[in-house]
Amino acid sequence: MAKITFPVEASHIMMFARAIGDTNPVYHDAAAAKQTEAGGIIAPPTFPQAVAQFDPDYHLRPKPGQKWFGSAKTPSGIEGKPASSGSLHAEHHYEYHRHLRPGDILTVETHQGEVWEKESKRAGKLTFRERITEYRDQAGDLVITVRSVGVTTERPVDQG
Amino acid sequence: MALKASALKIGDTRKERVVENLSRTQIVQYAGASGDYNPLHTDEVYTTKVAGYPSTFAHGMLTMGLTGKVVTDYVGDGTLTKFGVRFTNQVWPGDTLDATATVTAIREDSGQHYVDLALSTVNQDGKEVMAGTATARIDP
Repeated sequence: MAKITFPVEASHIMMFARAIGDTNPVYHDAAAAKQTEAGGIIAPPTFPQAVAQFDPDYHLRPKPGQKWFGSAKTPSGIEGKPASSGSLHAEHHYEYHRHLRPGDILTVETHQGEVWEKESKRAGKLTFRERITEYRDQAGDLVITVRSVGVTTERPVDQG
Repeated sequence: MALKASALKIGDTRKERVVENLSRTQIVQYAGASGDYNPLHTDEVYTTKVAGYPSTFAHGMLTMGLTGKVVTDYVGDGTLTKFGVRFTNQVWPGDTLDATATVTAIREDSGQHYVDLALSTVNQDGKEVMAGTATARIDP
């Protein structure tokens, strides 16, 4: 997969922290953050996920001039039934060598890991796909590694 | 403040209510911040009529983000070395989530002290929606 350049910015960190309901000043107040053990603004632990903003081809963001599979005049903007009820997130594991700060310019590379299948009573055949993502900083040092597992279900997960 | 190994014991816990009556708008807010606009999280019409779910539901990563607050409130800022989870049940609009971190080990490796935590996030029915572990650097 192509490498993505992910510039880490203070306003983006602030918006992300708001979305996860975390009012810790270390994520939005530079003066207060300076007094903490972090020594300045850092990003919340799950912020690396926002790399999706910087992937030009990210498939879960509507793009001008392209059909979007969400609803508009009709329940879906594309014809036909989707191949599955969509991929769900099964696992997510971070390893941090250091935490991200505004001004970091990350280079992010993802490669596919293992693929395996399992039968489930609640959703039929499950296909699990592992992805390994490495985040390197402007010095080329590995700062964060992510192991993520997505699962595609045969049918929507039964809520019973 | 960083935790001190000398002040911790196995079984110590920290619990917080991380969201009460989760709104669809907060899920959309997370979509905007993270960049993941999947209609399963942002589009009730698509999700009920095409995907076949009873309503939109939260990103797993929103639940992980909400739970991260309990972990960092406990271990301090910028001290996490590992944070990993499994998503076990979906989180729906209207859910109230409580997250608990429990100390499972206090250890030393090459002169650095660490705490290992077990994490569990449950909804208002006591159903676990996410389980995981975290490790952080701590003071002696």
